Amino acid sequence: MSTQIQEPETETESEETSEHQQQRLADKRERADMRERAEADLSDADETVRIKVFRYDPEVEGKKDPRFDTFEVPFYKGMTVLDSLIYARDHFDSSLTFRHSCRQAICGSDALFVNGRQQLGCKTQMVDLEWPVRIEPLPHAEVVKDLVVDMEHFYDQMEAVEPYFQTNELPSGEEQRQTRENREKVKMSTRCIWCSACMSSCNIAAGDNEYLGPAAINKAYRFAMDEREGAEMKEHRLNIIEQEHGVWRCQTQFSCTEVCPKDIPLTEHIQELKREAVKSNLKFW
Amino acid sequence: MHEHDVIVVGAGGAGLRAAIAADEEGADVAMVTKLHPVRSHTGAAEGGINAALRDGDDWELHAYDTMKGSDYLGDAPAIETLAQDAPEEVIQLEHWGMPFSREDDGRVSQRPFGGLSFPRTTYAGAETGHHLLHTMYEQVVKRGIRVYDEFYVSRLAVTDHDDPENRVCHGCAAYDIKSGEIVGFRARNGVILATGGDGQVYDHTTNAVANTGDGPAMAYRAGVPVEDMEFVQFHPTTLPSTGVLISEGVRGEGGILYNSEGERFMFEHGYANNAGELASRDVVSRAELTEVNEGRGINDEYVYLDMRHLGEERIYDRLENIIHLAEDFEGVNPVVEPMPVKPGQHYHMGGIETSEHGETCITGLYAAGECACASVHGSNRLGGNALPELIVFGARAGHHAAGRDLGEAQVPTGPSAATEPEDGLDTPVEPGALDASDEDVAADGALVEPAEVVDYAVESERQRVEDMLERDGTNHAEIREDLQKAMTENVNVFREEESLKQALEVIKECRERYQNVAVSDPSRTFNTDLIHTIETRNLIDIAETIALGALARDEFRGAHWRRAHQERKDDEWLKHTMISWNDGKPKLYYKPVVLEGEEKEYEPKVRSY
Repeated sequence: MSTQIQEPETETESEETSEHQQQRLADKRERADMRERAEADLSDADETVRIKVFRYDPEVEGKKDPRFDTFEVPFYKGMTVLDSLIYARDHFDSSLTFRHSCRQAICGSDALFVNGRQQLGCKTQMVDLEWPVRIEPLPHAEVVKDLVVDMEHFYDQMEAVEPYFQTNELPSGEEQRQTRENREKVKMSTRCIWCSACMSSCNIAAGDNEYLGPAAINKAYRFAMDEREGAEMKEHRLNIIEQEHGVWRCQTQFSCTEVCPKDIPLTEHIQELKREAVKSNLKFW
Repeated sequence: MHEHDVIVVGAGGAGLRAAIAADEEGADVAMVTKLHPVRSHTGAAEGGINAALRDGDDWELHAYDTMKGSDYLGDAPAIETLAQDAPEEVIQLEHWGMPFSREDDGRVSQRPFGGLSFPRTTYAGAETGHHLLHTMYEQVVKRGIRVYDEFYVSRLAVTDHDDPENRVCHGCAAYDIKSGEIVGFRARNGVILATGGDGQVYDHTTNAVANTGDGPAMAYRAGVPVEDMEFVQFHPTTLPSTGVLISEGVRGEGGILYNSEGERFMFEHGYANNAGELASRDVVSRAELTEVNEGRGINDEYVYLDMRHLGEERIYDRLENIIHLAEDFEGVNPVVEPMPVKPGQHYHMGGIETSEHGETCITGLYAAGECACASVHGSNRLGGNALPELIVFGARAGHHAAGRDLGEAQVPTGPSAATEPEDGLDTPVEPGALDASDEDVAADGALVEPAEVVDYAVESERQRVEDMLERDGTNHAEIREDLQKAMTENVNVFREEESLKQALEVIKECRERYQNVAVSDPSRTFNTDLIHTIETRNLIDIAETIALGALARDEFRGAHWRRAHQERKDDEWLKHTMISWNDGKPKLYYKPVVLEGEEKEYEPKVRSY
């Protein structure tokens, strides 16, 4: 039997994690400062912002040919891209269609292509963007209507990695043990909200429909690195992501990491799985 | 027509758990849900799951705390079931791989929460609901349970017997959001409603936009009474601009509330001399608004919640998510400055009346989770008790609907459990439908064949949708906005007779305007205009039951505060408010609270913190 190969859990790693966090926070501070400056520039009380929104409906005359509609909506401090869409829909055109629900960056349903970048509408502040703001559906997915894209392919890829916990040995009547370090290790990977921004930003996924994609590989990482599943399962999981359209397709372009609204280090996770896969193969030679 | 043994409507925490349970019983289960399961609002739950897991704690203490927190409006058999089943269910979640926060010895962590006598709130950072939701959805994928996502169930298929207790639910009608078709779903064994909250009745809420009370409104119109609707929980710590929730975990870890004078008002103004910030939610919400009303608020709107003294390391370890929420939605970095917070609508204690097995008075119709009222929260829910409710009652409803015998229920349901009618309630307008003949009310029991009942529901729904698409008229958004404003202004944390009456008048006006509502998007593909229009009708019905229940209950209990009635009146009001929809009109009646548990009777005591 092979033994489970673990990344060494060292002080440096937790320091690294903390550095990540510090960096993310510093970035946020910077954005907040920029926002304040931008808002100060917009001191006019009756300021409005123009949004150019992609429109398409396969069954309505006049909307079968894709086009952009421009809406001018009142701007206020703290306004997000989602707020602007809701305003436009409720006041100007109730047929304007987009997905949204929690409006707090946890349901993952309002990933959009805003000024050429994948972002969640609900957590993107208007003042952080260049105006007029251009809002489109996620690229590399079939458009169902307006800003709504077909998510089936994304869901299929997520399901292809056996996205559920599997273990044979369970203590009866109490929980399994897991070290704090191991929980910390998988923590970022468990934050995925299935918004598919990463998949949409990935050049490889755009050219290879069978590529598992960053979100699904991250899901595989979440389980492969969880010590509770055990060594044998880890081998099985590495086999899944080592397939022809798995981790080796990733060309380390970091676009997934850049757009992830939950700050998951997706590219790093993919790279780490590549290393694990190599180490695991070496054992048998 | 699709046909399955068990149909689960809604795919959040309760729905997923119900589907897994029914699958375990060998039933052919399908989930029909307006959002893809991982989009459900359970994902936004932050704080944790209460379960007595450790030495020094036991289910009886959990039950006692819950009964006290409910202000003695919870039913003991349901509360005891919650406390008894929770530990096993939480262990089950861990065994399914849920990434709980951990102690040094590798066991799952627990922390203190408001109103609890033991730190029994198990959690996964400040994003417990997200992990709970995803862990259970993973199990649904593993089991290959059929999920019809983006199917909006808008009508139940129920037989038309005159007496609701004789009616049978055979399925439902749903709008296939992508194709625009109205589709029938037949359930051979049962339909489980798990549609979640209805916070969209208010304009400042922690709830998702999709939380429009669809389940309770459908069940109510099909003849199931709704229970204790006046009890709406306002969470004391929501961000002022958006209503985004700042978890009670912040106060559980030691966060402090202070006012514009820099006073720690929970203590300094005597709102809760022992528990302080960790008093129960209703107590803290009222304290904050009192501070604001007496001129000690900040910008006349909010107070501060401060966690800086916890230190960066602890904040990152246990509350990291809060940093992101405060930054992204309020522009505040809580590591270096206090967060502005104010009360916001958060949870509805009331809902579809069920027994402790999740059954309603209609055969074959079940409900679980926030849309239901098994009566475990009474007049005020303790933090950390919503998630165990989902898994405990979701599982029980799933097992029961799939055929497992859970024994006889101790909590009586249905109109025959009535003890006294409310007559003599002085309402400024006649509540209910404007023209009862428009309503699909019970006929004579002619419609009983399962397939026919489902076909009839589909046909009625198709007609309703076509009418709305064809006519010109008012846009739902205008009606919804006025309704939400009226509820926030008049049926909020503080309640008065005059303002409650004012709310009922606005609700009536909304009903009148809704008669003329029209969908202007002609498309059949992904017509969100249509969905929101159907939802708005549900909001009107739900708002009306909240305002009616609140007007009738002239006492102060839990989350329900009345200016002119500043005491709990146990002699008169130790009873549940029930509202049923009879011939298009809401009818109020009452049933007694069950204070008798398995071994002991819970004696109402003064609630002090």
